[in-house]
Amino acid sequence: MNAAVVRTGTANLASVLAALRRVGVDPVETQDAGAVRDAPLVVLPGVGSFGAAMETLSAHAGLGEALASRARSGRALLAICLGFQVLFESSEESPGVRGLGVLPGSVRRFAGAPGLRVPQMGWNTIEPAAACRSLAGGEVYFANSYRVGEGEWAAPAGWAPAWCAHGDRFVAGVEGAEGRVVACQFHPELSGALGASLLARWVAANREATCSPSA
Amino acid sequence: MLTKRVIPCLDIRDGRVVKGVRFQGLRDAGDPVECAARYEAQGADELVILDVSATPEGRANAAETVAAVRAVLGIPLTVGGGVRAVADAARLLDAGADKVSVNTAAVDRPELIGELAGRFGVQCTVVAIDAARRELARAPGDRGWEVVTRSGTDRTGIDAVGWAERCVSLGAGEILLTSWDRDGTRSGYDTDLLRSVCGGVGVPVIASGGADSVAHMVEALDAGSEAVLAASIFHDAHTTVDDVKRGLAQAGARVRIAS
Repeated sequence: MNAAVVRTGTANLASVLAALRRVGVDPVETQDAGAVRDAPLVVLPGVGSFGAAMETLSAHAGLGEALASRARSGRALLAICLGFQVLFESSEESPGVRGLGVLPGSVRRFAGAPGLRVPQMGWNTIEPAAACRSLAGGEVYFANSYRVGEGEWAAPAGWAPAWCAHGDRFVAGVEGAEGRVVACQFHPELSGALGASLLARWVAANREATCSPSA
Repeated sequence: MLTKRVIPCLDIRDGRVVKGVRFQGLRDAGDPVECAARYEAQGADELVILDVSATPEGRANAAETVAAVRAVLGIPLTVGGGVRAVADAARLLDAGADKVSVNTAAVDRPELIGELAGRFGVQCTVVAIDAARRELARAPGDRGWEVVTRSGTDRTGIDAVGWAERCVSLGAGEILLTSWDRDGTRSGYDTDLLRSVCGGVGVPVIASGGADSVAHMVEALDAGSEAVLAASIFHDAHTTVDDVKRGLAQAGARVRIAS
């Protein structure tokens, strides 16, 4: 299957492309809204700042809306790290910048606590809700200073969360449309065998949807 | 809760893994792609690649090696050596690095740290500090170690602990702290140095230089580091990453044991 991988300009794009190839996906880089609308799979990676990522999405006509539309309609989308964060409404990292607003809530910096190092850098254990199809429990790799805190957030109808803790509890990921849309704060492309299995489940969920007569 | 990380380091020269003592007397230690795949299979939490010949010889960085390693590697990759500008970092990220490490160039021009963090994020910006213990404190506020650059050939006189703090204020998201005195000697990490730096900064610190045993790694973690880096002990096949992590777990450290 082909995947349109959105080139946000600052991401660790090569790692995402390599991980997709290892699960049998043929990735193509794009910044084109039409390509994002039409591709069987779309990946929104992201490393950098919330404001810079939204600026890139806004600089290409219709790109942000094409991504938001895929997420809302449950069509194959994988959003990673900053790609996950821009699905929310706003971020403390870039005050005044509006996110895509697919998911309610705001992204905030990890609350300071003695001994708690920020950025969160390394492997942490995620606990997916029972309804998750693509997200699975285990240790995955994070590299982030900002997160959506548990106290500020509840999954909207049709979405299932996975949780994690660094100091306080935060949203490690969220999925919708029976695992066809996955957004994660962690990096599946850097999470070894567990990350690769998540990518494979996400691809499989979408392959079934594409091939099924009812779809 | 985050696990403590075990990070093998590949020093690369002319496309081969090499290892020396105190950055000198380099000898061949294998093919980088084979080493990378082996370490991931053994449960390495990340990999660091340092182009050790880049600074002294002014060589271009090792983008080709990075690309070859990336094709097989499913864990994070930090690359350093010869990064002097944002464009150098962009080239390494395009080749497959997830984080970029700067050392000498940041000492020469500290604004580079902010430029990298501004463009790629603090998560992507690692500052590597090589610190040498000095016999006598030279200035008020000196805390016992000075920064050395150009692979150890240049003693800068800069207080290493103060430099680490300044790096973080400029945008470093992680400090890779190497004891120049211990590098390659297998005599254990410099835990006093680690304690001083870890107490001064809020970002993760990777301990480097001198590891020979699980006991050394436990000492480094107890001193406040989030991760331990080692090269010699893994390259020489005296032990595996998996053995080390099982040893750390027995000693009470929280580590990820690959199933």
